[in-house]
Amino acid sequence: MLRSFARIARKFRAINARYDTPRIRMSGSVRVSLLVLRVYLVLLVALLLYKFATLVGS
Amino acid sequence: MNVFAKLYYTLRKGVKAVQLYLVIAGPGIVVMVADNDAGGITTYAATGAKYGYNLIWFLILLIPVAYYVQEMTVRLGAVTKRGHAEAIFSGFGAFWGWFSLIDLMIVDWLTLVTEFVGMTSALEIFGIPGWLTVVLVILLLGTIVLNGRYWTWEKIALLFCALNLVYIPGAFMVHPSMHDIVHQGFIPNFPGGFDGQLFFFLMANIGTTIAPWMLFFQQSAVVDKGMLEKDIPWGKFDTWLGSVLTIIVAVFIVVVTGTVLRGVDIDSAAQASAQLQETHHWVGTFMAIGLFDAGLLGAICISLASSWAFGEIFGWAHSLNTNIKEAPWFYASYFITLVTAGAVVLIPGAPLVLITLFVQVIAVTLLPAALVFLILLLNDREHMGEYANSPLQNLIGGTIVMVIIVLSTLYGISVLFPSLFG
Repeated sequence: MLRSFARIARKFRAINARYDTPRIRMSGSVRVSLLVLRVYLVLLVALLLYKFATLVGS
Repeated sequence: MNVFAKLYYTLRKGVKAVQLYLVIAGPGIVVMVADNDAGGITTYAATGAKYGYNLIWFLILLIPVAYYVQEMTVRLGAVTKRGHAEAIFSGFGAFWGWFSLIDLMIVDWLTLVTEFVGMTSALEIFGIPGWLTVVLVILLLGTIVLNGRYWTWEKIALLFCALNLVYIPGAFMVHPSMHDIVHQGFIPNFPGGFDGQLFFFLMANIGTTIAPWMLFFQQSAVVDKGMLEKDIPWGKFDTWLGSVLTIIVAVFIVVVTGTVLRGVDIDSAAQASAQLQETHHWVGTFMAIGLFDAGLLGAICISLASSWAFGEIFGWAHSLNTNIKEAPWFYASYFITLVTAGAVVLIPGAPLVLITLFVQVIAVTLLPAALVFLILLLNDREHMGEYANSPLQNLIGGTIVMVIIVLSTLYGISVLFPSLFG
């Protein structure tokens, strides 16, 4: 069991290492796009959590 | 003689072009027609019942929207030979890659549950119990993918796409007024004024036309089919034909429910089928067959979209051209997704309505990200070369993507907080 988990963890680490460096050149517009996307997703997740909290509260 | 020679030459050229297209045809048509899945059929049926023919013009506007988004996946797949999940991992790093992959896994699984809901409710109209539908569908989909050839899988999928046209004779059988269709449907208008409810319907129609799994599915299908750069023009044509076909089917559904069920509140396509059967037996039957086919097509594509994505990232063999011994994990993930989604539908009292709503909200978290990545990847001139987006393509694609992001976000919010838009 532990060995299986260790193997899975190794696999994930290998994937992370393989894609460690983004292939796309991080120009200004790419950086801004990704930043806006992060902000958008954080806001959306906050809305989802708010909805969940109000549902649980009621 | 010269005229005959020229005529013969033109004819042969035409035949060759058709033959060539038939070789390339597939991913575009399959993804677009599968886009009219069980949820999509319900949306179109409800739109027709609520607003009659008045929103046909809006559906027609969605043809270029669907085309311009999906054709980018054809170019990306044919040039990079990578699926969308792998392209995101490789292009933007592991963080965005994992985010997209996990999000895709959740959205696909939930959507698959809604496809099973559609299929079971469609066949219940004919007295077939839900458990039998689930078992038969899993066996059928298993048989289709396990033949070990992409080509065979694709042609069977195209056959089911053809069955999706069953709505067309149904529309003629209810004898709609051509005058009303032309005057109400083809002239842009907002029936009853632009209110919250109309906005919700417009957003729902957009939401059902562009779904996140479509990007992942078509790009992976292009790669699995082995399409090359030289095939891109035919791949684009295939996508264009698919987007026209999908909207034609949508329009005919609107015509059916707009003619017979005008003013009726439609909660599901199965309900529309049952109600149609009361007055137009065969039209209702066609609607139910079409709903089952739509769910089946959706299930075929969605389960594959996930399995392809996992295979790309985990480095498993992930092609329909491999058999189960060569790609065990690819087929295992395919069947696990399928069986678990089918099983949920059979659980008594499962929160299926909640799942349907949840799909729409979760899809909103993935769609903007996938679309932004798509545009950025298509601007990567270093790897895309001459197939990178031109300034005009960026203008068109960028505008469409922005509009979709804004509207799908509003749609997601309106699902979360229904009272917000009145």
